[in-house]
Amino acid sequence: MKVVKIKRMLMTVFLILICYLLQCTVFPALALASIKPNLMIILTASFGFMRGSRTGMLVGFFSGLLIDIQFGNILGFYALIYMLIGYFNGLFQQMYFDEDIKFPLILIGISEFMYGLIIYFFMFMLRSEFNFPYYFMHIIVPELIYTMLITLGIYPLILFMNHKLEAEEKRSASKFV
Amino acid sequence: MKKKNQTSATNKYWLLLLSILCVLLMVLSVFAEEIRGPLKGIASVTVIPMQKGINQIGIWIGDFSENFETLDQLKSENEKLQEQVEQLVVENSNLQEEKYELERLQALYKLDQNYADYPKVGARVIGKDSGNWFSTFTIDKGTNDGVKEGQNVLAGSGLVGIVTQAGPTWATVRSIIDDASNISGMALSTSDKCIVSGDLSLMSEGKLRFEQMENNDSEVEVGEQIVTSYISDKYLQGLLIGYISEVNIDANNLTRSGYITPVVDFKNLQEVLVITTTKGEITGTDKTE
Repeated sequence: MKVVKIKRMLMTVFLILICYLLQCTVFPALALASIKPNLMIILTASFGFMRGSRTGMLVGFFSGLLIDIQFGNILGFYALIYMLIGYFNGLFQQMYFDEDIKFPLILIGISEFMYGLIIYFFMFMLRSEFNFPYYFMHIIVPELIYTMLITLGIYPLILFMNHKLEAEEKRSASKFV
Repeated sequence: MKKKNQTSATNKYWLLLLSILCVLLMVLSVFAEEIRGPLKGIASVTVIPMQKGINQIGIWIGDFSENFETLDQLKSENEKLQEQVEQLVVENSNLQEEKYELERLQALYKLDQNYADYPKVGARVIGKDSGNWFSTFTIDKGTNDGVKEGQNVLAGSGLVGIVTQAGPTWATVRSIIDDASNISGMALSTSDKCIVSGDLSLMSEGKLRFEQMENNDSEVEVGEQIVTSYISDKYLQGLLIGYISEVNIDANNLTRSGYITPVVDFKNLQEVLVITTTKGEITGTDKTE
């Protein structure tokens, strides 16, 4: 039981690192009209509704912290946003069935949208940049669409990994009973 | 059902705990910069080496595909470059002449500060900001190589940005097209000062905005060079920012504003130069903080 837990934890850490590295190194090359998709949101949200609030929260916290350390002005800002996204996605764990891709897609879309609004509010509006329609049409919506598009490709991979780990957990659990 | 409620209750405690931690971190990072120290160290042993590795692979692939360029292309390019070399030789000798004259005049005026030869260190760009809102990037040199916060970063001949954070083996640079960037600049020929600021809405076009240039008799035209001004306390004097692409007189008739095309191509930034002296060190105002 313990071994499986450790394995799951290592796997999660590994996924966070991989996604973060891809986001910083490879994704800028994929940018369309200087907009790149947000892989960290996909990861945080999927862990939220697949594994529940606590896992989503922790994944979000550490993803955000990584961004804070390297790119943030204030430590803990992104960590807080991503953590909340993970937590709220976790609340939908009961409604989630993994055969259906529409529901995760919508959840990730909403998360991405909220993320855009929060960043605009705290980092731009408070610096008295009130041209919201511009930021909405040129940053928030394109990022939303691109992220949802990428989700269609990435989500099955995360799902596959989750299935594998869950099967292993079940096996080891039945061994001990 | 009872167990269910318990887990959601503990989850709420976790959420509260981590939120408080985040807020605490935010407050601490505003009032005490030192808190970042250990975290920077952690980043430099975990994420940074991997980013460097991926960057190496990227360079390797790039080299590989470049090798397939045809010989003809290279030949014609070589010819063009030869022509350019000849032109530049002539230009260079002219400039040399002028340089001697300048030195003579500077000696005459006892202007001993030479802004031309700052010590520099080259660095590679290894990562870009994860979001779409800001334009910052990471380079592979840090405090171990003498890179510190507040140092100016160049690419080719133009200003790229300023180091905002430095870890042992890495540093974060905020580019001048970033929305939060403001620089005091001046027109090279007329020495009219202006404020050059980055703007997210111009970022995709790769342009900058300048404002508050005095609307006086001196003529400032499209194509005029804008360099960093002598009154800036963050940027060294005379670093080229870009060329004016549009200039308008403001409605108040007192100031002029417009747009600047930077000389640096921010989309394909690979190598940068970090000037390892800061303006504060040169002017001796570094001890204010």
